[in-house]
Amino acid sequence: MKIVVAIKQVPDRDAPVRIASGGKWIDESDLQWAMNEPDAYALEEALQLKEKHGGEVIVVSVGPERVGSTIREALAKGADRAIHILCDDLGARDALGVARLLAAAIKPENPDLVLTGLQSEDLGLGQTGVILAELLGLPHATLILHVEKTDAGLKVKRELEEGWYQFIEMPLPAVLTMQSGGNKLRYATLMGIKRAKTKELRAVSAAELGVEAAPTVTLEQIAAPKKQKSTQILSGSAKEAAAALVDKLKTEARVL
Amino acid sequence: MSGILVVEEARRDGSARIFQETLAAGRKLASLTGLTLEAAGVGDSNRNIFLQISGPAPRAGHAIRHPLLETYTADGYVLAFEQLIRKLEPQYVLFPHSYQVRDFVPRLATKFGQVLIGDVTAIEDGPLFERQLFQGRMNATVRHEGGGPCFVSVQNGAFRADAANGEVMPIAEFIPEIEPAQIRTAPGEPFRESAQTVDLGWAQRIVSVGRGIKDAANMPLIEALAGALNAELAASRPICDNGWLPMERQVGSSGQTVAPKLYMAVGISGAIQHLVGMKGSQCIVAINKDPDAPIFEVADYGIVGDLFEVVPALTEAVKAARQ
Repeated sequence: MKIVVAIKQVPDRDAPVRIASGGKWIDESDLQWAMNEPDAYALEEALQLKEKHGGEVIVVSVGPERVGSTIREALAKGADRAIHILCDDLGARDALGVARLLAAAIKPENPDLVLTGLQSEDLGLGQTGVILAELLGLPHATLILHVEKTDAGLKVKRELEEGWYQFIEMPLPAVLTMQSGGNKLRYATLMGIKRAKTKELRAVSAAELGVEAAPTVTLEQIAAPKKQKSTQILSGSAKEAAAALVDKLKTEARVL
Repeated sequence: MSGILVVEEARRDGSARIFQETLAAGRKLASLTGLTLEAAGVGDSNRNIFLQISGPAPRAGHAIRHPLLETYTADGYVLAFEQLIRKLEPQYVLFPHSYQVRDFVPRLATKFGQVLIGDVTAIEDGPLFERQLFQGRMNATVRHEGGGPCFVSVQNGAFRADAANGEVMPIAEFIPEIEPAQIRTAPGEPFRESAQTVDLGWAQRIVSVGRGIKDAANMPLIEALAGALNAELAASRPICDNGWLPMERQVGSSGQTVAPKLYMAVGISGAIQHLVGMKGSQCIVAINKDPDAPIFEVADYGIVGDLFEVVPALTEAVKAARQ
């Protein structure tokens, strides 16, 4: 099976996010970056499918130079080769704009399966994979935990709300967006990191793909969220704060 | 031309709440734009739609009916709604931000060269739409540019449904053209993993743990606190993904919805997927090392600190207080 995995580099979960001057985006200087976790699950599923059925795993990512480190991490984990869509104006593109870039790079590969995470941890749009399916003219399924290859195509396990699931059967080629938790994520081995350096990493620019930024949804500003409740923060040492909290729960909230 | 089209989703439990909240969002948008409201939904042969309108009725309802829509598929719904929208030419189409909407509306919007403005929490003059970024740590204000239709989905619980007042609206049938071969996926019946043995919905006190606990080996710390409080143990998604607690103890959009007297969130940052499952709790306590964690936005009491110091101290303090 030839599998393409679309991955995104996002600010590390523990990195503090500060609003940049102008209020249009966060300050990206000194940020730590990481592979979007749902995309890591998509990559894991792809690597396991390859181990079972053979074939090739190709990762694709859109973004500036810095995205290269996340791509190399994917190669070190076992992807065979990569396409880096160089793009410095990611913020000026909406989900359709980004999906158009991905589709332009993926189409010539003619993959059997395209996988990506169900959403990104920064924008949280949860749309790129579904839009990609439409642009590629392929069937799709979202929030997938397990993928099983069948004679007719795929049988996938989809998560529904409130603890419900369903199986969906579908033909190949197809696009799936992966939910977290279906597999255990692997770490890159030293050997893998070494091997990644010799693997093909092809860079292609947005202009070469012929996709311009023409957003229909634009970001006006970002701001820290307003508090919904006035939170009483209990300070002091751990012991003092714990004692103050127990007192509040007992006498004020009356829940102890 | 209907202006604003509000879309109903049939829920497994028959609840109309998320439709009523979407209607409320539609009324807010109508008040800002001067446009009129209409409603649409997929009906089946056994079920009438739009029986549970709350507040003033939309001008008209459109019941989409087709045998190939009896079971939800993204392909079927995209075809049906694309045809209805091309016929009605609304400027805005509003949906609840459900798993089903996330599954088919991005594809539907692409048919129109549009992008869904998803998971909207507020609509302001402009119109400007507010939505969250960075797992709830930031809010973004976004604007729709150019011609329509503009697709919007509304976050669960963000708009307050009006009280039902028995108003009705005229309903027109809409029969889309769909061929069996156009539906490429074959969905099976929904199922639950196993008989659910834990119903957190009835718990009076819950201690819930998140990524901050770092390792399975640290779980006894949380178990001790829950024991001292006589509380049920719960978790955010990553903990259950890692197998440190069973999936049935997960609180949030993919797990259980709870509303205990006391909800203690330990090392949980408070992404929206978690908040929707617990923000109805009577008293919320948050313990987190990050003072900007969104969990503090819904907490009544908070301790900013290292949970590995705070939790043992709290366990001792609770034990002492309950003696």
